[in-house]
Amino acid sequence: MSSNIDNQIICVEKISKFFGSFQALKDVSLSVNIGQRIVICGPSGSGKSTLIRCINGLEQQQGGKIIVDGIVLNDSSDSLTKIKSRVGMVFQQFNLFPHLSVMDNLTLGPMRSKKITKIDAEALAMKYLERVRIPEQASKFPSQLSGGQQQRVAIARSLCMEPAIMLFDEPTSALDPEMIKEVLDVMSELANDGMTMICVTHETGFARGVADTMVFMDDGEIVETAEPEKFFTKPKTRRCQDFLDKILHH
Amino acid sequence: MKKMYLFIALAFILAGCSGNWGWYVVNPTTEGGFVNLKFLLSGLYYTILTSLVAIAISILIGLVVALPALSKNKYLRGINRFYVEIVRAIPILVLILWVYYGLPQVAGITIDVFWAGVIALALSDSAFEAEIFRAGIQSVDKGQYEASHTISLNYLDTMRFVILPQAIRRVLPALGNQLVYMLKMSSLVSVIGMEELTRKANELVVTEYRPLEVYTILVLEYLILILLVSAAVRRLEKKMNTGN
Ligand SMILES: Nc1ncnc2c1ncn2[C@@H]1O[C@H](COP(=O)(O)OP(=O)(O)OP(=O)(O)O)[C@@H](O)[C@H]1O
Ligand SMILES: [Mg+2]
Repeated sequence: MSSNIDNQIICVEKISKFFGSFQALKDVSLSVNIGQRIVICGPSGSGKSTLIRCINGLEQQQGGKIIVDGIVLNDSSDSLTKIKSRVGMVFQQFNLFPHLSVMDNLTLGPMRSKKITKIDAEALAMKYLERVRIPEQASKFPSQLSGGQQQRVAIARSLCMEPAIMLFDEPTSALDPEMIKEVLDVMSELANDGMTMICVTHETGFARGVADTMVFMDDGEIVETAEPEKFFTKPKTRRCQDFLDKILHH
Repeated sequence: MKKMYLFIALAFILAGCSGNWGWYVVNPTTEGGFVNLKFLLSGLYYTILTSLVAIAISILIGLVVALPALSKNKYLRGINRFYVEIVRAIPILVLILWVYYGLPQVAGITIDVFWAGVIALALSDSAFEAEIFRAGIQSVDKGQYEASHTISLNYLDTMRFVILPQAIRRVLPALGNQLVYMLKMSSLVSVIGMEELTRKANELVVTEYRPLEVYTILVLEYLILILLVSAAVRRLEKKMNTGN
């Protein structure tokens, strides 16, 4: 794993996050290079979601520093606005806008926040709908699509903002088993095209095939960082070993 | 059920016609009765106009008052609570009297009967509209805000394009109920002389000395109006539900 500073696109330095008196993140640091594909795993409640939500400003950390694509994330709404448009995010529950058609879901962001014309936004939307292989669903509403299709629309919606980084928070956890593959395939293609990605997922097949770095979190800390092969075959810590035993032979 | 009420009302009228009630005052087959009936019905115009304008204004005020209630800032939330609690504490009739007789003096303006009535009704109703909108907006999943965040929408765009369209759909039945409520409350503006249904009835009672017959017609006027509006609201509701 090369950690070349010139290539660095995300720098998380010793951030902490408290919910009331409960500490969800404890001095967490993470460096991500352009094109790097990180998979984060760990037990429920270990702080995986909280960490990636801090990176796009959905949560505000209390200590430490976050720099994304050269922008220091601080209290100014200006930095937040800039970072929002550089970081895409896909949620477990899709969070599509149910009252808007697929096309309108995709064009809303570019038209309102980037002031792109409707025609250009629709062209952009079609380009990314083709990328996630559902251009024929453009005029439907989210409720008329399968879970897998909805998640692909959500991915396309993020891509329409042309982000530098994509965050995925358990994108396949809410899907029926037969739909998981179609979403993972889209994510793999995205990775092949060079997208910088941080994925919280327990899909070990995807992690082995796509990730170049595995991060294991437990109890608000990053416990282990390793290449996938080493991570899955020779984890360094007891906690990681226990976790892998659970997810590999459940 | 509602047909039954109508039958009972109709039976009363017919019974009255044959007895020694004074139904002649509103008997459309006589010239005097026809004129009186027309006089009573002419109040419909201001009852409907007042209610529609008042509900439109109160929805707008309600929306503006609801938004600070959703803020993380406790002072903004405080402003919302203050407004809602104060307005809800004032009886509508009192507000109507104050807006018509008091406000012109305080503000140094002249307000005609129509606008005084509309403003008082709208203000009074706005607190309820605000509560309805607050509940509707709060019922929208927080994932919708997060998704809006990730596509870089600002606060106003998030509300306008994502949250409010969903919230309004959900509060439509409640808004329909408020309209029905408003139609009934509008009878109170008769006290300041707005020529709506109730005022017309009062005026006719003074000239004809037939309160029983005139007020029975008044009851029927409101009954039919409200039943029609309720049915329309329910129909709209059904349509919205199947469209979703
Ligand atoms: N908004 C919140 N308020 C209070 N506590 C929270 C909040 N969000 C998260 N937490 C707590 O912070 C801890 C970390 O949560 P987080 O969602 O980051 O875990 P996770 O690793 O993503 O877990 P999962 O695999 O279940 O998604 C948990 O104990 C959780 O209960
Ligand atoms: Mg999580």
